[in-house]
Amino acid sequence: MSIDKATAAHVAKLARIKVEDDALPALAQEFNTILGFIEQLNEVDVEGVEPMVSVTPMRLKRREDVVTDGNIQDEVLANAPDAREGFFAVPKVVE
Amino acid sequence: MSDLTKLTIAEARDKLRAGDVTSVELTEACISEIEAADALNAFVHKTPEIALEQASKADARISGGDAPAMCGIPLGIKDLFCTRGVPSQAASRILEGFRPEYESTVSHKLFDAGAVMLGKLNMDEFAMGSSNETSVYGNAVNPWRRGNDDTPLTPGGSSGGSAAAVAADLCLGATGTDTGGSIRQPAAFTGITGIKPTYGRCSRWGIVAFASSLDQAGPMTKDVRDAAIMLQAMCGHDPKDSTSADLAVPDFEAALTGDIKGKKIGIPKEYRMEGMPAEIEKLWADGTAMMKDAGAEIVDISLPHTKYALPAYYVIAPAEASSNLARYDGVRFGRRAKLAQGDGVTEMYEKTRAEGFGHEVQRRVMVGTYVLSAGFYDAYYNRARKVRALIKKDFDDVFAQGIDAILTPATPSAAFGLGEMSEADPVQMYLNDVFTVTVNLAGLPGISVPAGLDKQGLPLGLQLIGRPWEEADLLNTAYALESAAGYVSKPGKWW
Repeated sequence: MSIDKATAAHVAKLARIKVEDDALPALAQEFNTILGFIEQLNEVDVEGVEPMVSVTPMRLKRREDVVTDGNIQDEVLANAPDAREGFFAVPKVVE
Repeated sequence: MSDLTKLTIAEARDKLRAGDVTSVELTEACISEIEAADALNAFVHKTPEIALEQASKADARISGGDAPAMCGIPLGIKDLFCTRGVPSQAASRILEGFRPEYESTVSHKLFDAGAVMLGKLNMDEFAMGSSNETSVYGNAVNPWRRGNDDTPLTPGGSSGGSAAAVAADLCLGATGTDTGGSIRQPAAFTGITGIKPTYGRCSRWGIVAFASSLDQAGPMTKDVRDAAIMLQAMCGHDPKDSTSADLAVPDFEAALTGDIKGKKIGIPKEYRMEGMPAEIEKLWADGTAMMKDAGAEIVDISLPHTKYALPAYYVIAPAEASSNLARYDGVRFGRRAKLAQGDGVTEMYEKTRAEGFGHEVQRRVMVGTYVLSAGFYDAYYNRARKVRALIKKDFDDVFAQGIDAILTPATPSAAFGLGEMSEADPVQMYLNDVFTVTVNLAGLPGISVPAGLDKQGLPLGLQLIGRPWEEADLLNTAYALESAAGYVSKPGKWW
Protein backbone atom coordinates (compact mmCIF):
# COMPACT_ATOMS: atom_id res chain seq x y z
CA MET A 1 0.00 0.00 0.00
CA SER A 2 1.55 3.25 -1.06
CA ILE A 3 0.16 6.65 -0.21
CA ASP A 4 0.21 9.28 -2.92
CA LYS A 5 -0.31 13.01 -2.74
CA ALA A 6 -4.06 12.74 -3.32
CA THR A 7 -4.50 10.21 -0.49
CA ALA A 8 -2.43 12.38 1.85
CA ALA A 9 -4.67 15.34 0.99
CA HIS A 10 -7.76 13.22 1.62
CA VAL A 11 -6.49 12.07 5.02
CA ALA A 12 -5.63 15.65 6.00
CA LYS A 13 -9.15 16.66 5.03
CA LEU A 14 -10.68 13.86 7.09
CA ALA A 15 -8.52 14.88 10.07
CA ARG A 16 -9.53 18.55 9.59
CA ILE A 17 -5.93 19.70 9.43
CA LYS A 18 -4.98 22.21 6.77
CA VAL A 19 -1.90 21.02 4.89
CA GLU A 20 -0.49 23.28 2.19
CA ASP A 21 -0.12 21.70 -1.25
CA ASP A 22 3.66 21.91 -1.27
CA ALA A 23 3.84 19.99 2.03
CA LEU A 24 1.85 17.02 0.73
CA PRO A 25 4.64 15.02 -0.96
CA ALA A 26 6.77 14.99 2.21
CA LEU A 27 3.73 14.05 4.27
CA ALA A 28 2.90 11.18 1.91
CA GLN A 29 6.51 10.01 2.23
CA GLU A 30 6.28 10.00 6.04
CA PHE A 31 3.02 8.06 5.93
CA ASN A 32 4.67 5.49 3.70
CA THR A 33 7.58 5.06 6.10
CA ILE A 34 5.23 4.53 9.03
CA LEU A 35 2.86 2.27 7.13
CA GLY A 36 5.82 0.28 5.83
CA PHE A 37 6.76 -0.35 9.45
CA ILE A 38 3.19 -1.32 10.31
CA GLU A 39 3.04 -3.78 7.39
CA GLN A 40 5.00 -6.26 9.54
CA LEU A 41 1.71 -7.07 11.24
CA ASN A 42 0.75 -9.02 8.12
CA GLU A 43 3.32 -11.68 9.11
CA VAL A 44 1.30 -12.62 12.18
CA ASP A 45 -1.21 -15.45 12.05
CA VAL A 46 -4.32 -13.91 13.59
CA GLU A 47 -6.73 -16.60 12.43
CA GLY A 48 -9.45 -17.06 15.05
CA VAL A 49 -8.11 -14.31 17.34
CA GLU A 50 -10.64 -11.85 18.72
CA PRO A 51 -9.59 -8.19 18.52
CA MET A 52 -8.82 -6.93 22.01
CA VAL A 53 -11.53 -4.70 23.42
CA SER A 54 -10.34 -4.28 26.98
CA VAL A 55 -6.99 -5.12 28.51
CA THR A 56 -8.53 -6.11 31.84
CA PRO A 57 -11.29 -8.70 31.89
CA MET A 58 -13.55 -6.33 33.75
CA ARG A 59 -17.08 -5.23 33.06
CA LEU A 60 -17.48 -1.52 32.71
CA LYS A 61 -19.17 -0.02 35.74
CA ARG A 62 -22.69 1.23 35.40
CA ARG A 63 -24.42 3.87 37.41
CA GLU A 64 -27.92 5.17 37.88
CA ASP A 65 -29.08 7.17 34.88
CA VAL A 66 -29.50 10.42 36.79
CA VAL A 67 -28.16 13.94 36.49
CA THR A 68 -25.00 14.27 38.58
CA ASP A 69 -24.04 17.86 37.88
CA GLY A 70 -25.15 20.91 35.95
CA ASN A 71 -25.88 24.60 36.42
CA ILE A 72 -22.25 25.43 35.69
CA GLN A 73 -22.69 27.40 32.49
CA ASP A 74 -20.01 29.92 33.42
CA GLU A 75 -17.44 27.20 34.07
CA VAL A 76 -18.32 25.42 30.85
CA LEU A 77 -17.86 28.59 28.82
CA ALA A 78 -14.91 29.99 30.76
CA ASN A 79 -12.26 28.65 28.37
CA ALA A 80 -14.08 29.24 25.08
CA PRO A 81 -12.21 31.39 22.55
CA ASP A 82 -15.52 33.07 21.74
CA ALA A 83 -18.59 32.81 23.98
CA ARG A 84 -21.60 35.09 23.74
CA GLU A 85 -24.86 35.26 25.67
CA GLY A 86 -24.35 31.86 27.21
CA PHE A 87 -23.35 30.10 23.99
CA PHE A 88 -20.21 28.98 22.18
CA ALA A 89 -19.87 31.24 19.15
CA VAL A 90 -18.60 29.90 15.81
CA PRO A 91 -18.46 31.27 12.25
CA LYS A 92 -21.56 30.92 10.11
CA VAL A 93 -22.33 27.23 9.47
CA VAL A 94 -25.22 27.54 7.00
CA GLU A 95 -25.38 30.04 4.15
CA MET B 1 19.53 24.91 52.82
CA SER B 2 19.58 23.55 49.27
CA ASP B 3 20.39 20.07 50.62
CA LEU B 4 16.76 19.85 51.68
CA THR B 5 15.75 19.31 48.05
CA LYS B 6 18.01 16.26 47.90
CA LEU B 7 15.89 14.43 50.47
CA THR B 8 13.84 11.47 49.41
CA ILE B 9 10.11 11.58 50.09
CA ALA B 10 10.55 9.02 52.89
CA GLU B 11 13.33 11.07 54.54
CA ALA B 12 11.35 14.29 54.24
CA ARG B 13 8.23 12.63 55.65
CA ASP B 14 10.17 11.43 58.69
CA LYS B 15 11.82 14.83 59.23
CA LEU B 16 8.48 16.61 58.86
CA ARG B 17 6.87 14.32 61.41
CA ALA B 18 9.80 14.69 63.79
CA GLY B 19 9.56 18.47 63.50
CA ASP B 20 13.13 18.74 62.14
CA VAL B 21 11.92 20.65 59.09
CA THR B 22 8.72 22.33 57.95
CA SER B 23 6.98 21.95 54.63
CA VAL B 24 7.39 25.70 54.08
CA GLU B 25 11.17 25.33 54.47
CA LEU B 26 11.24 22.37 52.08
CA THR B 27 9.04 24.20 49.61
CA GLU B 28 11.12 27.39 49.74
CA ALA B 29 14.26 25.34 49.13
CA CYS B 30 12.67 23.76 46.05
CA ILE B 31 11.43 27.11 44.77
CA SER B 32 14.94 28.57 44.92
CA GLU B 33 16.41 25.50 43.17
CA ILE B 34 13.74 25.84 40.45
CA GLU B 35 14.51 29.55 40.04
CA ALA B 36 18.15 28.68 39.43
CA ALA B 37 17.41 25.87 36.97
CA ASP B 38 15.79 27.60 33.99
CA ALA B 39 18.52 26.08 31.80
CA LEU B 40 16.83 22.69 32.28
CA ASN B 41 13.47 24.07 31.12
CA ALA B 42 11.73 21.49 33.32
CA PHE B 43 9.17 23.70 35.10
CA VAL B 44 7.16 25.51 32.45
CA HIS B 45 4.46 27.03 34.68
CA LYS B 46 5.71 27.83 38.18
CA THR B 47 3.19 28.10 41.01
CA PRO B 48 5.16 29.29 44.07
CA GLU B 49 2.17 31.07 45.65
CA ILE B 50 0.02 27.95 45.50
CA ALA B 51 2.95 25.89 46.78
CA LEU B 52 3.58 28.08 49.82
CA GLU B 53 -0.09 28.20 50.70
CA GLN B 54 -0.37 24.40 50.45
CA ALA B 55 2.85 24.06 52.45
CA SER B 56 1.64 26.13 55.37
CA LYS B 57 -1.63 24.19 55.45
CA ALA B 58 0.41 20.97 55.41
CA ASP B 59 2.52 22.22 58.31
CA ALA B 60 -0.64 22.87 60.34
CA ARG B 61 -1.85 19.37 59.54
CA ILE B 62 1.47 17.77 60.44
CA SER B 63 1.64 19.54 63.79
CA GLY B 64 -1.89 18.26 64.41
CA GLY B 65 -0.29 14.81 64.31
CA ASP B 66 -2.60 13.32 61.72
CA ALA B 67 -0.87 13.67 58.39
CA PRO B 68 -0.61 11.12 55.56
CA ALA B 69 2.81 10.24 54.11
CA MET B 70 2.66 12.74 51.24
CA CYS B 71 1.66 15.65 53.48
CA GLY B 72 3.96 18.62 52.96
CA ILE B 73 5.98 16.97 50.15
CA PRO B 74 6.77 19.38 47.27
CA LEU B 75 6.08 17.87 43.84
CA GLY B 76 6.08 18.78 40.19
CA ILE B 77 3.02 17.94 38.11
CA LYS B 78 3.28 16.97 34.45
CA ASP B 79 1.52 19.48 32.19
CA LEU B 80 -0.80 16.68 31.00
CA PHE B 81 -2.72 16.78 34.30
CA CYS B 82 -5.55 19.29 34.52
CA THR B 83 -4.97 21.44 37.58
CA ARG B 84 -7.72 23.83 38.55
CA GLY B 85 -7.02 27.44 37.65
CA VAL B 86 -3.45 26.67 36.54
CA PRO B 87 -2.37 26.43 32.88
CA SER B 88 -2.68 22.83 31.68
CA GLN B 89 -1.57 22.72 28.09
CA ALA B 90 -0.25 19.22 27.41
CA ALA B 91 2.73 21.18 26.00
CA SER B 92 0.58 22.11 23.01
CA ARG B 93 -0.08 25.45 21.36
CA ILE B 94 -3.69 24.41 20.84
CA LEU B 95 -4.33 24.54 24.61
CA GLU B 96 -2.71 27.95 25.04
CA GLY B 97 -4.46 29.85 27.79
CA PHE B 98 -6.48 26.85 28.97
CA ARG B 99 -7.08 26.94 32.72
CA PRO B 100 -9.22 23.99 33.75
CA GLU B 101 -12.21 24.58 35.99
CA TYR B 102 -11.57 21.19 37.58
CA GLU B 103 -8.79 19.08 39.07
CA SER B 104 -7.63 15.70 37.75
CA THR B 105 -8.41 12.83 40.13
CA VAL B 106 -4.73 11.94 40.60
CA SER B 107 -3.59 15.48 41.42
CA HIS B 108 -6.68 15.91 43.59
CA LYS B 109 -5.76 12.80 45.57
CA LEU B 110 -2.19 14.03 46.01
CA PHE B 111 -3.32 17.47 47.20
CA ASP B 112 -5.91 15.87 49.49
CA ALA B 113 -3.04 13.93 51.03
CA GLY B 114 -1.31 17.27 51.64
CA ALA B 115 1.20 17.26 48.78
CA VAL B 116 2.46 20.62 47.51
CA MET B 117 2.46 21.65 43.82
CA LEU B 118 5.54 23.60 42.74
CA GLY B 119 4.37 23.95 39.15
CA LYS B 120 3.74 22.22 35.85
CA LEU B 121 6.39 20.18 34.07
CA ASN B 122 7.56 20.09 30.49
CA MET B 123 6.72 17.11 28.27
CA ASP B 124 6.31 16.11 24.65
CA GLU B 125 3.22 17.63 23.05
CA PHE B 126 0.19 15.50 24.04
CA ALA B 127 2.75 12.98 25.39
CA MET B 128 3.71 12.06 21.82
CA GLY B 129 7.46 11.73 21.74
CA SER B 130 10.47 10.08 23.31
CA SER B 131 12.80 13.06 23.71
CA ASN B 132 10.73 16.04 24.90
CA GLU B 133 11.55 17.72 21.59
CA THR B 134 7.93 18.09 20.43
CA SER B 135 6.99 20.48 23.26
CA VAL B 136 5.63 23.94 22.52
CA TYR B 137 7.76 25.14 25.46
CA GLY B 138 10.99 23.95 23.81
CA ASN B 139 13.20 21.07 24.89
CA ALA B 140 13.60 20.02 28.49
CA VAL B 141 17.29 19.31 29.11
CA ASN B 142 18.79 16.32 30.91
CA PRO B 143 20.84 17.34 33.98
CA TRP B 144 23.27 14.57 32.98
CA ARG B 145 26.09 15.19 30.51
CA ARG B 146 28.61 12.95 28.79
CA GLY B 147 31.58 13.51 31.06
CA ASN B 148 33.04 16.96 30.32
CA ASP B 149 31.24 17.22 26.99
CA ASP B 150 28.61 19.98 27.26
CA THR B 151 26.35 18.68 24.46
CA PRO B 152 22.79 19.04 25.79
CA LEU B 153 21.12 15.64 26.12
CA THR B 154 17.47 14.67 26.08
CA PRO B 155 15.89 13.71 29.41
CA GLY B 156 13.72 11.32 27.38
CA GLY B 157 10.02 11.61 26.86
CA SER B 158 7.28 12.15 27.07
CA SER B 159 7.66 12.86 30.82
CA GLY B 160 10.99 14.62 30.20
CA GLY B 161 10.38 17.61 32.45
CA SER B 162 9.33 15.32 35.31
CA ALA B 163 12.49 13.24 34.91
CA ALA B 164 14.82 16.26 34.66
CA ALA B 165 13.20 17.93 37.69
CA VAL B 166 13.51 14.88 39.94
CA ALA B 167 17.05 14.01 38.78
CA ALA B 168 18.20 17.61 39.35
CA ASP B 169 16.62 17.73 42.85
CA LEU B 170 14.23 20.56 41.94
CA CYS B 171 11.42 18.66 43.67
CA LEU B 172 11.07 15.50 45.73
CA GLY B 173 8.95 13.64 43.21
CA ALA B 174 6.84 14.22 40.12
CA THR B 175 3.81 12.81 38.37
CA GLY B 176 4.29 11.21 34.98
CA THR B 177 2.13 9.40 32.48
CA ASP B 178 3.03 6.40 30.36
CA THR B 179 1.35 5.36 27.11
CA GLY B 180 4.26 3.50 25.48
CA GLY B 181 7.14 4.09 27.90
CA SER B 182 6.79 7.76 28.82
CA ILE B 183 7.54 7.23 32.52
CA ARG B 184 10.07 4.41 32.29
CA GLN B 185 12.27 5.66 29.40
CA PRO B 186 12.85 9.17 30.85
CA ALA B 187 13.41 7.64 34.30
CA ALA B 188 16.12 5.42 32.79
CA PHE B 189 17.70 8.36 30.91
CA THR B 190 18.01 10.42 34.09
CA GLY B 191 18.90 7.82 36.72
CA ILE B 192 15.63 7.90 38.64
CA THR B 193 12.83 5.42 39.38
CA GLY B 194 9.51 5.41 37.53
CA ILE B 195 6.59 3.01 37.74
CA LYS B 196 3.65 2.60 35.40
CA PRO B 197 1.00 0.73 37.37
CA THR B 198 -1.49 -1.78 35.99
CA TYR B 199 -3.99 -0.22 33.58
CA GLY B 200 -6.91 0.90 35.75
CA ARG B 201 -4.93 1.49 38.98
CA CYS B 202 -4.81 5.28 38.55
CA SER B 203 -7.84 7.18 37.40
CA ARG B 204 -7.41 8.81 34.01
CA TRP B 205 -10.06 11.43 34.78
CA GLY B 206 -8.74 14.94 34.17
CA ILE B 207 -5.56 13.76 32.45
CA VAL B 208 -5.46 15.01 28.86
CA ALA B 209 -6.12 11.84 26.84
CA PHE B 210 -3.65 10.50 24.27
CA ALA B 211 -4.53 6.80 23.78
CA SER B 212 -7.17 5.89 26.33
CA SER B 213 -6.63 2.11 26.32
CA LEU B 214 -2.91 2.57 27.07
CA ASP B 215 -2.56 5.74 29.18
CA GLN B 216 -1.66 5.35 32.86
CA ALA B 217 -0.31 7.82 35.40
CA GLY B 218 2.48 6.97 37.80
CA PRO B 219 5.11 8.49 40.08
CA MET B 220 8.68 9.46 39.15
CA THR B 221 10.88 9.47 42.21
CA LYS B 222 14.42 9.23 43.57
CA ASP B 223 14.09 5.63 44.69
CA VAL B 224 11.79 2.62 44.91
CA ARG B 225 10.52 3.38 48.42
CA ASP B 226 9.40 6.82 47.26
CA ALA B 227 7.68 5.25 44.25
CA ALA B 228 5.74 3.01 46.64
CA ILE B 229 4.74 5.92 48.89
CA MET B 230 3.71 8.24 46.07
CA LEU B 231 1.90 5.58 44.03
CA GLN B 232 -0.13 4.74 47.14
CA ALA B 233 -1.47 8.30 47.20
CA MET B 234 -2.19 8.39 43.45
CA CYS B 235 -4.22 5.23 42.89
CA GLY B 236 -7.61 3.90 43.89
CA HIS B 237 -11.07 3.54 42.42
CA ASP B 238 -12.70 6.57 40.81
CA PRO B 239 -16.31 6.44 39.60
CA LYS B 240 -15.48 9.20 37.10
CA ASP B 241 -13.25 6.83 35.08
CA SER B 242 -15.21 3.79 33.89
CA THR B 243 -11.96 1.83 33.42
CA SER B 244 -10.76 2.58 36.95
CA ALA B 245 -10.37 -0.66 38.91
CA ASP B 246 -12.62 -1.14 41.90
CA LEU B 247 -9.98 -3.05 43.84
CA ALA B 248 -8.46 -2.49 47.25
CA VAL B 249 -5.05 -0.79 47.14
CA PRO B 250 -2.51 -2.69 49.29
CA ASP B 251 0.12 -0.97 51.43
CA PHE B 252 2.94 -0.73 48.90
CA GLU B 253 5.62 0.52 51.26
CA ALA B 254 4.92 -2.30 53.74
CA ALA B 255 5.67 -4.78 50.95
CA LEU B 256 9.29 -3.60 50.69
CA THR B 257 11.10 -6.37 52.57
CA GLY B 258 13.80 -6.92 49.96
CA ASP B 259 13.23 -10.66 50.30
CA ILE B 260 12.82 -12.24 46.86
CA LYS B 261 13.98 -15.77 47.75
CA GLY B 262 12.29 -18.33 45.57
CA LYS B 263 10.74 -15.74 43.23
CA LYS B 264 10.84 -16.72 39.58
CA ILE B 265 12.34 -14.02 37.37
CA GLY B 266 11.82 -14.48 33.63
CA ILE B 267 14.45 -13.41 31.08
CA PRO B 268 12.73 -13.07 27.70
CA LYS B 269 14.96 -14.10 24.81
CA GLU B 270 13.13 -11.83 22.34
CA TYR B 271 14.40 -8.74 24.17
CA ARG B 272 17.95 -9.55 23.09
CA MET B 273 17.78 -7.23 20.10
CA GLU B 274 20.16 -7.27 17.22
CA GLY B 275 22.64 -4.42 17.45
CA MET B 276 21.98 -3.92 21.16
CA PRO B 277 24.93 -2.02 22.69
CA ALA B 278 27.28 -4.29 24.67
CA GLU B 279 26.84 -2.06 27.72
CA ILE B 280 23.09 -2.68 27.79
CA GLU B 281 23.68 -6.38 27.34
CA LYS B 282 26.13 -6.35 30.27
CA LEU B 283 23.79 -4.31 32.47
CA TRP B 284 21.06 -6.85 31.84
CA ALA B 285 23.37 -9.77 32.62
CA ASP B 286 24.57 -8.03 35.80
CA GLY B 287 20.96 -7.40 36.87
CA THR B 288 20.14 -11.05 36.25
CA ALA B 289 23.10 -12.11 38.41
CA MET B 290 21.97 -9.75 41.18
CA MET B 291 18.49 -11.27 41.20
CA LYS B 292 20.03 -14.73 41.39
CA ASP B 293 22.36 -13.72 44.22
CA ALA B 294 19.34 -12.39 46.09
CA GLY B 295 17.85 -15.88 45.97
CA ALA B 296 15.55 -15.62 42.96
CA GLU B 297 15.28 -18.37 40.42
CA ILE B 298 16.19 -17.24 36.90
CA VAL B 299 14.05 -18.73 34.13
CA ASP B 300 14.56 -18.29 30.40
CA ILE B 301 11.22 -17.43 28.85
CA SER B 302 9.80 -16.62 25.44
CA LEU B 303 7.39 -13.81 24.51
CA PRO B 304 7.09 -14.69 20.83
CA HIS B 305 5.09 -11.68 19.60
CA THR B 306 7.43 -9.04 21.06
CA LYS B 307 8.63 -7.97 17.62
CA TYR B 308 5.12 -6.94 16.65
CA ALA B 309 4.46 -4.75 19.68
CA LEU B 310 5.80 -1.51 18.20
CA PRO B 311 3.97 -1.82 14.87
CA ALA B 312 0.74 -2.71 16.73
CA TYR B 313 1.27 0.26 19.02
CA TYR B 314 1.77 2.59 16.07
CA VAL B 315 -1.66 1.62 14.77
CA ILE B 316 -3.58 1.58 18.05
CA ALA B 317 -2.11 4.68 19.71
CA PRO B 318 -2.54 7.00 16.69
CA ALA B 319 -6.05 5.62 16.09
CA GLU B 320 -7.10 6.43 19.64
CA ALA B 321 -5.28 9.76 19.48
CA SER B 322 -7.07 10.80 16.30
CA SER B 323 -10.34 10.19 18.06
CA ASN B 324 -9.36 11.83 21.37
CA LEU B 325 -7.82 14.87 19.72
CA ALA B 326 -10.93 15.54 17.64
CA ARG B 327 -12.11 17.65 20.59
CA TYR B 328 -9.54 20.36 19.80
CA ASP B 329 -11.67 22.26 17.37
CA GLY B 330 -11.23 25.87 18.46
CA VAL B 331 -14.74 26.04 19.92
CA ARG B 332 -14.77 25.05 23.57
CA PHE B 333 -11.28 25.65 24.90
CA GLY B 334 -7.79 26.67 23.91
CA ARG B 335 -6.75 28.46 20.82
CA ARG B 336 -8.72 29.40 17.71
CA ALA B 337 -6.87 30.42 14.55
CA LYS B 338 -7.39 33.89 13.15
CA LEU B 339 -9.88 33.53 10.35
CA ALA B 340 -10.09 35.27 7.01
CA GLN B 341 -13.14 37.10 5.74
CA GLY B 342 -15.74 34.54 4.67
CA ASP B 343 -14.14 31.56 6.43
CA GLY B 344 -16.71 29.07 7.68
CA VAL B 345 -16.64 26.50 10.41
CA THR B 346 -14.61 23.96 8.39
CA GLU B 347 -11.85 26.51 7.72
CA MET B 348 -11.93 27.32 11.44
CA TYR B 349 -11.29 23.65 12.31
CA GLU B 350 -8.62 23.16 9.67
CA LYS B 351 -6.67 26.34 10.39
CA THR B 352 -6.96 25.95 14.16
CA ARG B 353 -5.65 22.39 14.09
CA ALA B 354 -2.91 23.20 11.57
CA GLU B 355 -1.46 26.00 13.68
CA GLY B 356 -2.33 24.52 17.08
CA PHE B 357 -0.85 21.03 16.67
CA GLY B 358 2.86 20.48 16.17
CA HIS B 359 4.28 18.32 13.43
CA GLU B 360 4.48 14.99 15.30
CA VAL B 361 0.95 15.36 16.67
CA GLN B 362 -0.42 16.17 13.21
CA ARG B 363 1.38 13.16 11.79
CA ARG B 364 -0.02 10.79 14.41
CA VAL B 365 -3.56 12.18 14.15
CA MET B 366 -3.45 11.69 10.39
CA VAL B 367 -1.98 8.17 10.62
CA GLY B 368 -4.76 7.36 13.09
CA THR B 369 -7.35 8.83 10.77
CA TYR B 370 -6.01 6.74 7.92
CA VAL B 371 -5.96 3.40 9.78
CA LEU B 372 -9.53 3.98 10.95
CA SER B 373 -10.83 5.12 7.58
CA ALA B 374 -13.29 3.11 5.52
CA GLY B 375 -11.54 0.25 3.75
CA PHE B 376 -8.52 0.15 6.08
CA TYR B 377 -10.17 -0.41 9.45
CA ASP B 378 -9.95 -4.19 9.21
CA ALA B 379 -6.55 -4.33 7.54
CA TYR B 380 -4.85 -2.08 10.07
CA TYR B 381 -6.86 -1.33 13.18
CA ASN B 382 -8.57 -4.68 13.73
CA ARG B 383 -5.43 -6.60 12.84
CA ALA B 384 -3.45 -4.54 15.36
CA ARG B 385 -6.03 -5.28 18.05
CA LYS B 386 -5.74 -9.00 17.30
CA VAL B 387 -1.95 -8.82 17.55
CA ARG B 388 -2.40 -6.96 20.81
CA ALA B 389 -4.47 -9.87 22.13
CA LEU B 390 -1.61 -12.23 21.19
CA ILE B 391 0.95 -10.01 22.92
CA LYS B 392 -1.11 -10.08 26.09
CA LYS B 393 -1.47 -13.85 25.78
CA ASP B 394 2.34 -14.19 25.65
CA PHE B 395 2.47 -12.59 29.10
CA ASP B 396 -0.52 -14.54 30.42
CA ASP B 397 1.23 -17.76 29.41
CA VAL B 398 4.50 -17.02 31.21
CA PHE B 399 2.67 -15.85 34.33
CA ALA B 400 0.66 -19.09 34.21
CA GLN B 401 4.00 -20.96 34.23
CA GLY B 402 4.67 -19.35 37.60
CA ILE B 403 6.88 -16.42 36.57
CA ASP B 404 6.63 -13.62 39.17
CA ALA B 405 8.41 -10.84 37.29
CA ILE B 406 10.26 -10.27 34.04
CA LEU B 407 13.62 -8.49 33.85
CA THR B 408 14.57 -6.52 30.72
CA PRO B 409 16.60 -3.46 29.80
CA ALA B 410 14.53 -0.25 30.09
CA THR B 411 15.87 1.38 26.92
CA PRO B 412 18.02 0.37 23.95
CA SER B 413 20.56 3.14 24.68
CA ALA B 414 21.55 5.84 27.15
CA ALA B 415 20.23 9.40 26.69
CA PHE B 416 21.06 10.82 23.27
CA GLY B 417 21.82 14.40 22.28
CA LEU B 418 18.98 16.85 21.67
CA GLY B 419 18.63 17.21 17.91
CA GLU B 420 20.68 14.07 17.19
CA MET B 421 17.61 12.21 15.98
CA SER B 422 16.21 15.09 13.93
CA GLU B 423 17.46 13.64 10.64
CA ALA B 424 16.18 10.16 11.43
CA ASP B 425 12.82 8.96 10.15
CA PRO B 426 10.01 8.78 12.72
CA VAL B 427 10.37 5.00 13.07
CA GLN B 428 13.92 5.40 14.45
CA MET B 429 12.59 7.56 17.27
CA TYR B 430 9.79 5.06 17.93
CA LEU B 431 12.39 2.33 18.60
CA ASN B 432 13.16 4.01 21.94
CA ASP B 433 10.04 2.35 23.30
CA VAL B 434 10.88 -1.15 22.07
CA PHE B 435 11.27 -2.61 25.59
CA THR B 436 8.49 -0.67 27.27
CA VAL B 437 5.59 -0.64 24.83
CA THR B 438 4.63 -4.32 25.27
CA VAL B 439 3.75 -3.54 28.89
CA ASN B 440 1.20 -0.89 27.89
CA LEU B 441 -0.34 -3.14 25.26
CA ALA B 442 -0.77 -5.88 27.88
CA GLY B 443 -1.91 -3.43 30.60
CA LEU B 444 0.77 -4.67 33.03
CA PRO B 445 2.72 -2.83 35.72
CA GLY B 446 6.32 -1.98 34.81
CA ILE B 447 9.06 -0.19 36.71
CA SER B 448 12.37 1.30 35.63
CA VAL B 449 15.19 1.20 38.19
CA PRO B 450 18.57 2.89 37.67
CA ALA B 451 21.22 0.18 37.68
CA GLY B 452 24.50 1.59 36.40
CA LEU B 453 26.40 4.09 34.27
CA ASP B 454 27.69 3.66 30.74
CA LYS B 455 31.28 4.46 29.77
CA GLN B 456 30.34 8.07 29.05
CA GLY B 457 29.04 8.34 32.60
CA LEU B 458 25.32 8.32 31.71
CA PRO B 459 22.74 6.39 33.73
CA LEU B 460 21.16 3.18 32.43
CA GLY B 461 18.03 1.52 33.73
CA LEU B 462 16.58 -1.95 34.02
CA GLN B 463 12.89 -2.70 33.73
CA LEU B 464 10.89 -5.15 35.80
CA ILE B 465 7.46 -6.21 34.57
CA GLY B 466 4.95 -7.65 37.04
CA ARG B 467 1.69 -9.53 37.12
CA PRO B 468 -1.47 -7.44 36.82
CA TRP B 469 -2.48 -5.74 40.11
CA GLU B 470 0.66 -7.02 41.84
CA GLU B 471 2.48 -3.69 42.08
CA ALA B 472 3.33 -4.45 45.71
CA ASP B 473 5.26 -7.57 44.75
CA LEU B 474 6.82 -5.78 41.76
CA LEU B 475 7.96 -2.88 43.93
CA ASN B 476 9.54 -5.35 46.35
CA THR B 477 11.43 -7.06 43.54
CA ALA B 478 12.55 -3.62 42.30
CA TYR B 479 13.62 -2.79 45.85
CA ALA B 480 15.81 -5.91 45.94
CA LEU B 481 17.33 -4.97 42.56
CA GLU B 482 17.94 -1.40 43.73
CA SER B 483 19.65 -2.61 46.91
CA ALA B 484 21.86 -4.99 44.96
CA ALA B 485 22.73 -2.47 42.22
CA GLY B 486 23.67 0.13 44.83
CA TYR B 487 23.18 2.95 42.34
CA VAL B 488 23.87 6.31 44.02
CA SER B 489 25.21 8.54 41.21
CA LYS B 490 23.96 12.08 40.74
CA PRO B 491 24.52 14.46 37.84
CA GLY B 492 27.22 17.08 38.38
CA LYS B 493 25.56 20.49 38.70
CA TRP B 494 26.23 22.76 35.68
CA TRP B 495 22.92 24.62 35.46
